[in-house]
Amino acid sequence: MGLFQQPVGIVTPLLSVEGASKEFYSRGKKVLALDSASLSVHEGEFVTIVGPSGCGKSTLLNLIVGLLPLSSGRILFRDRAVNGINPEIGYITQKDNLLPWRTLAQNVEIALEIRGVEKSERREQAEELIERVGLKDFEDHYPHELSGGMRQRANIIRTLIYDPDLILMDEPFGPLDAQTRIVLQEQLLSLWTTTKKTIIFITHDLVEAIALADRVVVMTSRPGRVKRVAGVPIARPRDIYQIHQSQEFRSVYESLWKELKPEVKMAGE
Amino acid sequence: MIGRGRLYLYRFLFGLFLLVSWELSSGRFIDPFWISSPSRVFGYLWEVTSDGSIFAHLAITLYETFTGFFIGSLTGIGFGFLLARKEILAQVLDPFIVAFNGIPRIALAPIFIIWFGIGPNSKIILVVIVVFFLTFFNTYSGVKGVDIELKNILRIMGASERQILWKVTIPATVPWITTGLKLSVPYALVGAVVGEFIAASKGLGYLINYNTSLFSTTGAFGGILVLALIVVLCNEVIERTEAYLLRWRPREETRSQGELY
Ligand SMILES: Nc1ncnc2c1ncn2[C@@H]1O[C@H](COP(=O)(O)OP(=O)(O)O)[C@@H](O)[C@H]1O
Ligand SMILES: [Mg+2]
Repeated sequence: MGLFQQPVGIVTPLLSVEGASKEFYSRGKKVLALDSASLSVHEGEFVTIVGPSGCGKSTLLNLIVGLLPLSSGRILFRDRAVNGINPEIGYITQKDNLLPWRTLAQNVEIALEIRGVEKSERREQAEELIERVGLKDFEDHYPHELSGGMRQRANIIRTLIYDPDLILMDEPFGPLDAQTRIVLQEQLLSLWTTTKKTIIFITHDLVEAIALADRVVVMTSRPGRVKRVAGVPIARPRDIYQIHQSQEFRSVYESLWKELKPEVKMAGE
Repeated sequence: MIGRGRLYLYRFLFGLFLLVSWELSSGRFIDPFWISSPSRVFGYLWEVTSDGSIFAHLAITLYETFTGFFIGSLTGIGFGFLLARKEILAQVLDPFIVAFNGIPRIALAPIFIIWFGIGPNSKIILVVIVVFFLTFFNTYSGVKGVDIELKNILRIMGASERQILWKVTIPATVPWITTGLKLSVPYALVGAVVGEFIAASKGLGYLINYNTSLFSTTGAFGGILVLALIVVLCNEVIERTEAYLLRWRPREETRSQGELY
């Protein structure tokens, strides 16, 4: 930081979403998908977003990464307005989107390949991550030869490998069974602890949202607004396998479920 | 699924069955003047092979087919990529392409012969036209169908448009291109042979036509058998190349088994 160190107390957030709205036009009708959402995320934070399906969670991530233009409001990343795709932000989608013609290792390496990193160097880095998530024996398998959980792990590490400052994750464990989810949550937390990345993680599962997060953001049903942001005062490192039983967890869960329940009901009607 | 060895055995037996029925019906039920017979046809093929006279015809037909195939597929693939990436161009050209594609190729053959003479060039042009459209349409739909999410993922990773072309668009289009090429091979051969039928002084099409005009069904069937053999061989080569290029694709059986989580 040196000379230009920020004055103590005014730490600017890594990301700040200010009154972001997004309208879509489909079949001549205007749909408000996101209604002036505001949120700031600081360096190293793990923030989760919960909300009923269709409330604009994916839309919010698409706005942050710059895939979609805003209808109104603004989004600042390191104090600069987001304008077009921002390669400092990694995006892990719900669909694994691995390239089917590349083996697992080749998929994990691709971001380094794009950056012109030498072949032996990038293979080395890929192998290290592949080993960390327990896929060592599957390096040379094509995506269709892997299970859903394996593909999702590959999807995550191929983003971690190029070390973006902020990582967006859109229901990455959505299609997985309950046991695989817990294993992957555990691996994700351990990767996060060692890399100290900033993560925004979307889920429709409140248990998952609380177990992983420093802060949980609850959204309303469509048009999505930020309803509440709550800190999770549970010490780290956390034991994902046991966390549901703790008293602190239950009280956070109950207070957030009270907020989320009416939204889920409304979205279902 | 049956084993490879057994598969070839069954194929061989079926082929043998066809030849034997042909041989037995010829002379017994039908006059060999009309349908010749396998022994006569193979005798004829043996003769024209040992005196070498078939090779000039074979060479010219293969030359026309492959030159036309090569030029037609390259331009078809190139044009497919170009139009898929230049939306306006595709919209402007659309009715013209549809109209041009609607013309029966055989109607063009006499005109090409007037323009380019009775030598191989007129046949090559005919083959080019046939192959061009098959590869063009397949390539175009392939490029259009590339999953936008895959491209976006790479954009977010910082890829340039050029890198996206090489790492996503082209590999994603390969299955479509090989389908177009596979379809093209027999049509390319048909194009060359049809051209030779109309006017030529050499080639398998000329040979078949010549023998037919002399009422030599033996010679005609001989030529047809050679054509059939070429198609089967080319198809085998293409299928193997395709299997190698598309080794990343799930085989049908595994695909239908559903997800394993
Ligand atoms: N490209 C689009 N065009 C039109 N409507 C869209 C588009 N993308 C999303 N929407 C609409 O915006 C709303 C929010 O969608 P989305 O962000 O995907 O919700 P979530 O991820 O929370 O389930 C939905 O009603 C959806 O139908
Ligand atoms: Mg979504």
